[in-house]
Amino acid sequence: MHSGVRRYLLRRAGFAVLLVFAVSSASLLLARLAPPGDAFGTDPAVLAAERHRFGIDRPLGEQYLDWLSRILRFDFGESMRFRRPVAALIRERAGNTAMLGVTALALATVVGLPLGVFTGSRSRHPLATVARIGSIAVLSMPSLVTSLVLLLLAARTGWFPAGGLPKIPADANVLESAALTARYLFLPALALALPMAAAIERLQSRAMREALNEPCILAATARGVPHHRVVWRHALRLSLKPVLAIYGIIIGSALSGSFVVEIVMSWNGLGDLMYQGLQSRDLYLVAGCATAGSVGLALGILASDVALTAIDPRTEESV
Amino acid sequence: MSRTTRAGIACAFLIAATALAAPIIAPHDPGRQFPDLGYAPPMRPHIFDDDRRAHPPFIYPLKLVDRLEHRFVEDRTTRVPLEWFSAGTLVTTNESRGPWLVLGADPLGRDIFARVVLGARLSLGVSVSAAVLAILLGAILGALAGYCGATVDILLMRAADFVLVLPIIYVVIVLRATMPLVLDTWTVFWTMTVILGLAGWPYPARGVRAVVAAERRKEYAEAARALGAGPLRILLRHLLPAAQGFLAVQVTLLVPAFILAEATLSFVGFGFAEPTPSWGVMLHEAGQAGALSDAPWLLAPAAAIVLTVLSLHLISSGLADPYAADNM
Repeated sequence: MHSGVRRYLLRRAGFAVLLVFAVSSASLLLARLAPPGDAFGTDPAVLAAERHRFGIDRPLGEQYLDWLSRILRFDFGESMRFRRPVAALIRERAGNTAMLGVTALALATVVGLPLGVFTGSRSRHPLATVARIGSIAVLSMPSLVTSLVLLLLAARTGWFPAGGLPKIPADANVLESAALTARYLFLPALALALPMAAAIERLQSRAMREALNEPCILAATARGVPHHRVVWRHALRLSLKPVLAIYGIIIGSALSGSFVVEIVMSWNGLGDLMYQGLQSRDLYLVAGCATAGSVGLALGILASDVALTAIDPRTEESV
Repeated sequence: MSRTTRAGIACAFLIAATALAAPIIAPHDPGRQFPDLGYAPPMRPHIFDDDRRAHPPFIYPLKLVDRLEHRFVEDRTTRVPLEWFSAGTLVTTNESRGPWLVLGADPLGRDIFARVVLGARLSLGVSVSAAVLAILLGAILGALAGYCGATVDILLMRAADFVLVLPIIYVVIVLRATMPLVLDTWTVFWTMTVILGLAGWPYPARGVRAVVAAERRKEYAEAARALGAGPLRILLRHLLPAAQGFLAVQVTLLVPAFILAEATLSFVGFGFAEPTPSWGVMLHEAGQAGALSDAPWLLAPAAAIVLTVLSLHLISSGLADPYAADNM
């Protein structure tokens, strides 16, 4: 690997670590600033005892340092609402969110990218016009609206379960449980994927149009390379950069989006857990969820940076 | 300007006018509960009665036939004429004989149309003022970064990158959660404006920085400096106008994002609260278990959101990329 590339990736990794650190500290500080909830009841004696047990009665700086030193050992403290270690709760829920997010991301890429290549390279084709209008319409439908509409459809038609997690029977084999999971996963993943797919399509379409105007594409065409090969081999590679560059933001939006989708579709994930934590002002639970979310985000951004340098080693931090 | 852009502008203008004239357009008070009309379906106006005789537009009042299944029938024996420009509203009916629920009623028997129209004031008010704040912040910080360059530039743009990748809803919700749960409507309004503005500034800032950094080396900027203009004058009079077009596009991108943010926040209970009508609050009611499949018209605010966002998207894609819009 070229040393400049290595330096660039190292710098991005540093950014990712900083992101996790800042988000987790900020969420702890902010949650601490929040007025206390009623998780402990109203009896002042019980309240004081519990506040001491969770260390909220200590000065902020001391509490923060203590939390920081424990977080390095993957100890996120205890949830006040569930009376269980936060780390265990997060482990249970993070898998669900990851499954939802990765499925949606894959779905959005598989649909959005080829569509964008198509609409960008054949912009006068009637189907391209349909796709373009479709994605502008879908872009205007946030995950919140899409999931409510899908929920309504599910309730009316009964084709798909209206929210919730699958209850996999103990005697189901791998194939059966996978099919069951896919059935439950479909609607939430669709609600999350649609706006992302539309965003990817729009971006890829524009990048494709710009790539096709590059001199090297003209050269390839002049050498007699068939049109579909020019589009799918040469121009595609040139045009992938903008889409890959915003994958970090797309992953961020997947996290934001899944927060809403999980609540609407009662998908028991991290977003839903954080929501419960916020409602009961559960300090360590909120901070833990935010940390877990930012770790996912940082990993996603890093992955997109690595992919960017693989596509185009000239990549600088300008993107 | 393409046809679609013009359609978007017309639509956005209509929505804004509706929001401004909401008290005149809404036929009823948004908090008014009509007894026995919970879950009432949308009512359509008639011109012909059952004997095929034409009348001025009228409605048949609804009668509850099954309280458990929320079934209603039109009472065909009485006609309730629509009254134009009476009681300070555009069109209404004699409420004692039967209210006209254009988009039906919510579970508490409140007029959904009135709530959507009045909710537009809050939802659009928050998003437009937050967009203005984000644009102001972004223009100032972006101009600073572009003009000063060096360390200021690096620090500001790193901060912008940082805010940019954060999942905005998490940030907004955690920020909102630091405040007391129950706040009055105006406090919520301004809190949300400030929080969204703080979350949105990097988008305009990055573009303004790029424009200012490029323009400040051009001859006219050098000429202004040679004539003795101070940095502030150069920025405000000479460089920032170059970013005008970019900022106009940003408004049409930020407002939809903030409309969605308001809806999401109120939906999860950290924004406006019952009984204040805002689009997010109404969606929260629609999301309650069972309500939706009984009364799909509870999704009316979702339609309002989609329509507003769509018209703004049409404008922005026309402004930002005339080529794409021409091809639509």
